[in-house]
Amino acid sequence: MTSLSLIMGRRRIPAARIFFSALGLLVGALMLLPLYYLVLRAFEADFETVMRLLARPRTAQMMLNTAALTAGVLAFSTLIALPLAWLVSRTDLVGKRLVNVLAVMPLAVPGYVMAYALIGLAGNYGFLNQTLGFTLPRPQGWWGATLALTLYTFPYLYLNLRAAFSGLDQSIEESARALGCTPRQVFTRVTLPHLMPALLAGWLVIGLYVIGDFGAVALMRYEVFSYVIYIQYSAAFDRVYASWLALILIAIALSVVWWESRLREGAHFARTGSGSGVGSRITRLGPFGQIAGWGFVGGVVVASIGLPVAVLLFWMTRGPLAASLPAVVESFGQSLSVAVPSAMLAAVMALPIAVLAVRYPSPLSTLINRLAFIGYAVPSLAFALAFVFFSLQGARFLYQTHLLLVTVYALAFLALALGPIRSALYQARPSVEEAARALGHGPVSTFARVTLPTIRPGVIAGMVLVFVIAMKELPIAFLLAPTGFRPLSITMFSRTSEGMLLEAAPYAAAIIAFSALFVGFVLRHDKKAGG
Amino acid sequence: MLFSGFRRGARSLAAASALIVGASAFPASADDLTLYSGRGETLVAPIIEAFTRETGIKVNVRYAGTAELAILLQEEGDASPADLYWAQDVTALGAVADMFMELPQETLDKVASVYRDNDGRWVGISGRSRLVIYSPERVSEDELPKTMAELTDKRFSGRMALAPTNGSFVAHVNALRVAEGDEVALEWLKGLAANDPVIVRNNTAGYQAIADGEADIMLTNNYYLGRFLANDPAYPVAQATFADGDLGNLMMTAGIGVLASSHHSGEAAQFINFLLGPIAQQYFTGNVYEFPVIGSGIVPVAGRGVTFDQAVAAAPEFDLNTLTDLEGTLDLIREAGLI
Repeated sequence: MTSLSLIMGRRRIPAARIFFSALGLLVGALMLLPLYYLVLRAFEADFETVMRLLARPRTAQMMLNTAALTAGVLAFSTLIALPLAWLVSRTDLVGKRLVNVLAVMPLAVPGYVMAYALIGLAGNYGFLNQTLGFTLPRPQGWWGATLALTLYTFPYLYLNLRAAFSGLDQSIEESARALGCTPRQVFTRVTLPHLMPALLAGWLVIGLYVIGDFGAVALMRYEVFSYVIYIQYSAAFDRVYASWLALILIAIALSVVWWESRLREGAHFARTGSGSGVGSRITRLGPFGQIAGWGFVGGVVVASIGLPVAVLLFWMTRGPLAASLPAVVESFGQSLSVAVPSAMLAAVMALPIAVLAVRYPSPLSTLINRLAFIGYAVPSLAFALAFVFFSLQGARFLYQTHLLLVTVYALAFLALALGPIRSALYQARPSVEEAARALGHGPVSTFARVTLPTIRPGVIAGMVLVFVIAMKELPIAFLLAPTGFRPLSITMFSRTSEGMLLEAAPYAAAIIAFSALFVGFVLRHDKKAGG
Repeated sequence: MLFSGFRRGARSLAAASALIVGASAFPASADDLTLYSGRGETLVAPIIEAFTRETGIKVNVRYAGTAELAILLQEEGDASPADLYWAQDVTALGAVADMFMELPQETLDKVASVYRDNDGRWVGISGRSRLVIYSPERVSEDELPKTMAELTDKRFSGRMALAPTNGSFVAHVNALRVAEGDEVALEWLKGLAANDPVIVRNNTAGYQAIADGEADIMLTNNYYLGRFLANDPAYPVAQATFADGDLGNLMMTAGIGVLASSHHSGEAAQFINFLLGPIAQQYFTGNVYEFPVIGSGIVPVAGRGVTFDQAVAAAPEFDLNTLTDLEGTLDLIREAGLI
């Protein structure tokens, strides 16, 4: 049977492979556009000025700070995400479905709101002093930035780890136990290596985010390399030298992508056991375990969602409630009209790339899979400028249209959709696809009728990640949204930029509330994704 | 059939495209003005609506950061759909001044020459003054600096907030270079750096740093205090000018220009004239806590903090047109280690 379907497969693979490769190459080519643009701009520079900007001890310090921040956020997000994922997928914790939704919600919190919330706690004029009468030192520097970034990026790692826990073949752990391993040895020798691909995938997404983030870092007064780019764009109004700096940032980001895929290939042996369908062994927590588990979950939820929500509510009680509900709802409608199609398009783009990586590994598919990260690694202002340039040169009718904004969002956040879809495909059994092909289905039809339904949870998870980030994104919307278009993110910025934090609060709250409701709704109605 | 499985997917994608196209129907008639506004919606939307009510001319506004819009305009060049660019500060206007057309003399004449471009490419719309803000609890009145130079004094060591990337601060350093030369400016910047300031992102963050007790004093713009006081009359920050005529009391403006590529220069000029008229100027003074840029007839807003008359009396004579060397100014700020 196996050899038969392989022969069948061998006959049919080329058509599918060409089809998926063509789609993947198209997306890859779109990703190369911003690089071409940045190189074009960078060559307008004179080298001496580039050196003057770069060859300062301060630049080296900022590079070190970037590395320290990335390491800190990865470490702390692992400390939060790993126990959470274990509790949800491997224990009998009460209310796991609720925990699963709560663990994803912090993604809906815009970075600057998280930073403002942490800062707003402290100080004489802060939330705690105003309501409870005591002051905390202001969170800032490495600690402040690490804390803020960890609290809204850890769900990326959580989602990857949860999927890995549920896809993990428990029989291997059982065998290790039977062979006399202690629980700790089982974890370090068997479980951890199997979780490695998920850890790496989550770390990659968080690491790239941290390297490129500017908002939360600036509020925490921690100077990282992205600060140099920010100054070049927003204090010097310069695109030429900023292009050099952006290219350097991309080089750093792509070397991270390269290392991650090297490490992931090394960890691949872990995948061979998946898909054999042994029932999960659930750890019984007992009453104290339940309390401890919920204590941990509660702490994480209070810090990551409770805190920003409390500070926003506090602001809303202090300021005149300027925003009328119809205005907020209209703004939300505009946000949705971009975020939903962006999420769908990103998933459509990610599918062929994921199929190439999992079913047809080759140097070409590796290349396409690495190109897919460019959109996520390019600083968003530079990414948006590249598409301003190309649409004005080649497709004026697309400039500042909804369609272009949606396409650019899909490209910028493709990497987020790719992760869960790729993981889901790794766990889908090729034998079922082979059977469908043996029954006369074409490879693409097999993909649509057999593979797609199997990997549905992964596709939905990928779309949720893109949706949530598109709801709060700013620089790309600034440059590419249709004029007069005012989603929640821009409406909120129009207020914070003039120091009107109290007036901004209802819109910030709306971003969190609506994104959270939407994510909750999607996760609830998708049983498989609900864990 | 190779593609049969995708029929359903194609149908839903078509439905999604229809949704996208439907949602992007923002009707922009040929006679509408397109404004790129670096000033926030809550501040300027009411006055733009008043303009539309009075003239019947609709204004499509793109709200974004002042810097992002300046860069966007550079990238768009002649292809820009914008008719007007309204910026927070003169540095941003200077960065795209080459792309502006000359404004009608009648418009320019409404504003004193120091608040508009020498070549007539942009005009100031609302004024703000540089001054010090401080914590009245932690800074006594006789401790306040009399000159901008005094900010480098050791008594402010560890007590100062500073927003070195802010457009108004950069312009202010540029003014110091023009008035006193690069050496003095660099020494001043190094003196600030030696005082180990709390580096903040922007002026608002500076006000908050003082209210929160992280810093005691800051060189900044005047007009934020009115808004903080509107939300909390007991807001723990006060303002003071330097000695009369000191460069520290520099008057600056937010301003506007018309893109040379605009096909609506008549309507655009009409819009600027409206902003320079008594209704809009009174609005900026009374509701936004800024200063009028036209000669007379505007009632000052009562409140705590430096008033328009005090600011005018204390302001140095200085021509904003001399603030042209942005890159050189940033280099000095870099050399002092502040950015």
